[in-house]
Amino acid sequence: MDFVLQLLFQGVGIGAVYALVALGFVLIFRATNVVNFAQGEFSMVAAYLMVVFAVDLGWPYWLSFLIALGGMAVLGAVFNLGVYYPLRHRTYLPVIISTIGASILLANSTLALYGPQPQVLQGWFDTPGFDVGGVFLDSQYLLIIGVTIALVIFNYWFFEHTLLGKKLQATSQDKEMASLLGISVSTMIMITFVYSALLGGLAGILVAPILFVSIQMGGTIALKAFAATIIGGFGDVAGAIIGGLALGIIETFGAAYVSVPYKDGFAFLVLVAFLVFRPQGIFGERVAEKA
Amino acid sequence: MSAQSTSSAAPARGNALALAAYVALALVAIFLAATLKFDGYILNILMQAATYTLAVFGLSVVLGLCGQINLAQAAFFGIGAYAVGLGTTDAHMPFWLCLGLGMLVSLIAGAALGASTLRLGGHYLAMVTISFQQILTLVMINAISFTHGPDGVRDIPRPQLFSGQQSYLAFCVAVLAVVGYLVWRLADTRLGRAMRAVRDNELAAGVAGIDVYRTKVTAFALCALLGGLGGGLFAGGFAYVSPDQFSFAESVVFLTMSLLGGVASPIGSAIGTGLLILIPEWLRFLKSVPGLYLAIYGLAVILIVAFMPDGIWGFVSKFFDRERPAPAPGAPLTLAPDDSGGANVLVTDKLSKHFGGLKAVDEVDIAVARGKVHALIGPNGSGKTTTLNVLSGLYSATSGSVSLDGRDITRLPAHKRTEAGLGRTFQNIRLFRTMTALENVVIGAERPGNKLIEGSSRAALEARAMAALDFVGLASRANELVTAFSYGHQRLIEIARALAANPTLLLLDEPAAGLNSTEKQSLHNLLERIAAFGLTILIIDHDMTLVSNAASHITVLNFGRRIADGESMAVLRHPDVVTAYLGAE
Repeated sequence: MDFVLQLLFQGVGIGAVYALVALGFVLIFRATNVVNFAQGEFSMVAAYLMVVFAVDLGWPYWLSFLIALGGMAVLGAVFNLGVYYPLRHRTYLPVIISTIGASILLANSTLALYGPQPQVLQGWFDTPGFDVGGVFLDSQYLLIIGVTIALVIFNYWFFEHTLLGKKLQATSQDKEMASLLGISVSTMIMITFVYSALLGGLAGILVAPILFVSIQMGGTIALKAFAATIIGGFGDVAGAIIGGLALGIIETFGAAYVSVPYKDGFAFLVLVAFLVFRPQGIFGERVAEKA
Repeated sequence: MSAQSTSSAAPARGNALALAAYVALALVAIFLAATLKFDGYILNILMQAATYTLAVFGLSVVLGLCGQINLAQAAFFGIGAYAVGLGTTDAHMPFWLCLGLGMLVSLIAGAALGASTLRLGGHYLAMVTISFQQILTLVMINAISFTHGPDGVRDIPRPQLFSGQQSYLAFCVAVLAVVGYLVWRLADTRLGRAMRAVRDNELAAGVAGIDVYRTKVTAFALCALLGGLGGGLFAGGFAYVSPDQFSFAESVVFLTMSLLGGVASPIGSAIGTGLLILIPEWLRFLKSVPGLYLAIYGLAVILIVAFMPDGIWGFVSKFFDRERPAPAPGAPLTLAPDDSGGANVLVTDKLSKHFGGLKAVDEVDIAVARGKVHALIGPNGSGKTTTLNVLSGLYSATSGSVSLDGRDITRLPAHKRTEAGLGRTFQNIRLFRTMTALENVVIGAERPGNKLIEGSSRAALEARAMAALDFVGLASRANELVTAFSYGHQRLIEIARALAANPTLLLLDEPAAGLNSTEKQSLHNLLERIAAFGLTILIIDHDMTLVSNAASHITVLNFGRRIADGESMAVLRHPDVVTAYLGAE
């Protein structure tokens, strides 16, 4: 029983990371109707920034954290201007290909700069964790879960109760109407990209002490987060979070009871099962093109 | 992708000449490959180029023709390579059998992957193919007892017939020439046209009678098959395969090759593949930094998509592209609408479409009499276009039924309804944008169930399409791209596309919208000429002059309900109709 609870705890922790990245996916998808295939690379880049500042340069953890997030905000803006904006009037396919190109560029230029050796980033706290009734609560996992809960609450407040949040929602629902109401659509899309890059970066920094910092971490996380959004229902914020948690739990139990080397394959199996049997996900996707 | 039109309609003599030149060129290439004395290094490069190009041909089919993405081409390539590798060494099976098996497995894997995903949006396909690619890499590395793991498979034999390096290379070049020809010709076959139609406009393709889903799955499976073929030959060529040769990075390389050369054409595939094999050889020093090459490829992808969407060949071929003169129209257009059913061609019974709580169409009964022009009118938001979309199968009905010519079509998908005899145009014009007017109309003429096309010979299709274009007055511009036409003329091409299909019932969705008064007048004349064939028409429009002149019978909708129905003049004077349009006093 303790073992099961232990796995559950870990599953929720890793699932929270997927949920954060999935949230970034969903926000960009709703604003631009495009899936950003470089979303996972945001996490990877942020983790490397932490390694550079906190480990290599030895700066304080909190300062490195702020610098890394600042870097992500810049990256999100540059990404928007370089990858999405020139193609905004084209169909989704060129944009998808362009974001895939960006993902390859980010991953491999990091590889070229930093080499293939995985890096280690220590956790935020010195205390490794607590033992509660036979279940070891790792402090980094607790941090991840706490931050995710806080962000979900912030997200809700931001989108439902602030003017900027409402403008962003209006833009994602109907760009033309939004611009007629005096909302600057390009600014809103810029904000969305910056915010998604921050979310992705935060997820990367939080998960780095658990996973190792490597070039591949972005792709792995993106795949899981994408599966999470499909499980939850594409484009749905609550769906992304529940899908992420569900996937984290499935994967942790799968690795413990079925097979460790194929751990990353479970996401794919769940993904395909949903695509075949319930493609609209748990909460349903708004589809149907107008004729 | 905005792709270059690989247009058709060349005179037969020109085609025969091009084919002769192609065969001659291919024979020279095969001869050179077999006889020139290359050193091992050059030979390896050529072998790699030949086998990779086959895989990139696959992308030219799925991405270039059909507009669907595949980020797992290296996985299909790997399936073919491992089938030959493991089959010939561990299982001691003959080379040809293994090659065939590898292609079969690739085909099945591709079809299954496509079938599970292609009903959904393109981003699903991108992610699912990435996942598949990663799963396959995991299996290649971890299933050591079966795949030999990271060590790979060694000493893969070649077939006895081509056991020498050079003869094997010549064989690969021959395969390349044949497959290249097939891919080149594919664009102008029925399947190729269907793929291009799906790429340009899925909704319109379905309404033109194309099974969109099956077309996409076919394109994807073909791509996988070519990947398997290339991989199988690759294994024989290099005698050694290992998991890292078929990783996601290689899929990216294939994609970059395809985009760089030009996705729309096999010539582009060959150019892109050749360049991306040669350039890294010239710039070997860049290879010393891991990741640098792929980083450059990633950047190249972004830049190509933004600045050179048609690739090198798309850019170059623009200079050779001269417009062919339009073929002369032959016999005038004929229409022979089916008349197997009763007095009414279209009957709806309590047809409803609800969106959540909104009853966009609410228990509407319509009966369209054979050979008549029937109008469906109503104020904005009254449910007219929704009704049309339910009729043509773009929306499924919430309840009620639709029958066409006595046959219940309520549950049929759009392309099946078209096959059953439905034709339609769209309010916001939906043409296949990268094709010529003639090609657009040929797709209409190709409608399954069109009894006026015998066989489906190319000549018959083109003759019928030309007749339809002539009927709307655009025959002389048949070989121009549709984007070169004015808005009003595009509308006429859409009507010609529907007429070429010889429908039993024609649905016109606001054909006068956005037309000026001259164009409206000629549209009116056109409608009269169509009606003179005895074709049954259901028209939606706001233009009351057009509606009252053209239609003998009118159904009026308001808030999704039928509020009046009957002979035109009587309906237009009906007090409820006047209230709906002008408001109550």
